[in-house]
Amino acid sequence: MRLINLKPGRPFAVFLMLLPFALVFLAYAIGSDIRLSANPQDKLLPAPSKVWETMVRLVSEGDRRTGRILFWHDTWASLKRLGLGIAISASVGLVAGLLIGLLPLVRSFLAQFVAVLSMIPPLALLPILFIVFGLGELSKVVLIVVGTLPFLIRDLSQRVIELPDELLVKAQTLGASSWVIAIRVALPQIMPRLIQSVRLSLGPAWLFLIAAEAIASDLGLGYRIFLVRRYLAMDVIFTYVIWITILAFLIDWSLRAASRKFYPWAQEGL
Amino acid sequence: MSFVTVTDVFQSYGARPIIERVNVTVDEGEFISIVGASGCGKSTFLRLLLAQEIPTRGSVSIAGAPPATEPGLDRGVVFQRYSVFPHMTVRDNIVAGESLRRGWGRFFGAGAKAARARADDTLARCGLDHVADQYPATLSGGMQQRLAIGQALAARPRVLLLDEPFGALDPGTRLSMHDFLTELRAETSMTVFMVTHDLHEAFKLGDRVLVFDKPRWDPHDPNAYGATITYDFDARNGGIPFQSLKENTHVLQAN
Ligand SMILES: Nc1ncnc2c1ncn2[C@@H]1O[C@H](COP(=O)(O)OP(=O)(O)OP(=O)(O)O)[C@@H](O)[C@H]1O
Ligand SMILES: [Mg+2]
Repeated sequence: MRLINLKPGRPFAVFLMLLPFALVFLAYAIGSDIRLSANPQDKLLPAPSKVWETMVRLVSEGDRRTGRILFWHDTWASLKRLGLGIAISASVGLVAGLLIGLLPLVRSFLAQFVAVLSMIPPLALLPILFIVFGLGELSKVVLIVVGTLPFLIRDLSQRVIELPDELLVKAQTLGASSWVIAIRVALPQIMPRLIQSVRLSLGPAWLFLIAAEAIASDLGLGYRIFLVRRYLAMDVIFTYVIWITILAFLIDWSLRAASRKFYPWAQEGL
Repeated sequence: MSFVTVTDVFQSYGARPIIERVNVTVDEGEFISIVGASGCGKSTFLRLLLAQEIPTRGSVSIAGAPPATEPGLDRGVVFQRYSVFPHMTVRDNIVAGESLRRGWGRFFGAGAKAARARADDTLARCGLDHVADQYPATLSGGMQQRLAIGQALAARPRVLLLDEPFGALDPGTRLSMHDFLTELRAETSMTVFMVTHDLHEAFKLGDRVLVFDKPRWDPHDPNAYGATITYDFDARNGGIPFQSLKENTHVLQAN
């Protein structure tokens, strides 16, 4: 039988899925064990049991001075920035994408401009953002918006342009105005695409969030990681990295579930 | 007084003429079948009738109105593909035929309920009432085309344009679609233009059959000339004119 036709059964598929996770964990445990047996003070690869203890301590014990559990405060602060940034990007991207995609006048006016804007590396703008918006929340949110918006606009306007001409003509023969075509024909059809583009933007959004927090902040997941780096607190860093990964995965998963639930007609493998 | 008047229409894309010197007049309620070789400009002619495109020369006028500059309510269309809205259920697609012309593109309150009831009547007529709540992607090709025709008719256009509406259907489904279309036409007395590659279908449904072809042909440059209407057949009575005056023919009875 050809290799391309060989498909795993259900239990074997689950086993294969879990295998890489187990292998990475195993490799880490062995590496950590080797290093710790050579030097019990080694900080680079703390034992899995130690990482676990740190995790439990971080999520349950308050700060000695204030009694706040910093872990949750960091999480909340970061999620707020991320959510706000992505929400602004998505709404502006949606409106701009519809305008550029549907109206040739706006397309001539803005499409090339956005294409050029999207070439600016957002991180290079970070100093400007700090200067203009200060070191507070605003500059971090703006960085996420600046970093994800051009892609969203380009992607969504492209999707609108790709809507079959037949559908737009059809709507016109049913008497639809430009406004009605926008809200009743184009908008619902690119909503699943918006969700998909947002999912793709989440990676860069996290990148910009952590970068901004690392440079100027006093709370947030990225801030904490870069803070404890000074003490080589690998167990804390690992905890935060794993937590960020879980958060990113959960957000991605719920967006996908939302897309499936609300837009069942768009069944292409979302 | 003719209803649709096409006067000296030329259409070229870039330097390439597609159709040239097309003149035709059509009375209200006539069913016009259009046939011709692939790529000769039949769809282009429909787009001109629809005002989706403006001819390079000449004009298309409907009901004596000045030539339209964009598609509108007076002309309905069914394309071969992409004719229904994939994001609306079957029922909503029919409702859209009446509601898209409104300010927000939908009905509210009692209006919505009445529109849904009317849509359900239409669906029953199209034989689609059992799938009213499904999305078009779950329908077969024939059902999608019936839906597209139902939707176009819900807007009550004066002219209906069909571009190979049954091209992708199997012969059996085609026949039932013919009956469906004939029935609808008997009620609405719309003017219909239908492009088809099936000559039998063209003569069966049409009152007239227009043939598009290139009258001039340059063997060194096949694209040098455009196509025009080379024949205009009377297709009533199975394409055998004047027979009804005397007695029933026994020719072509297999049809
Ligand atoms: N927008 C366009 N720009 C340039 N050329 C076009 C455009 N639309 C159609 N054509 C060309 O015009 C010619 C006629 O196209 P059209 O679609 O009208 O043919 P048709 O008679 O409908 O063919 P078919 O039977 O295959 O549907 C084709 O050769 C096509 O390449
Ligand atoms: Mg065609």
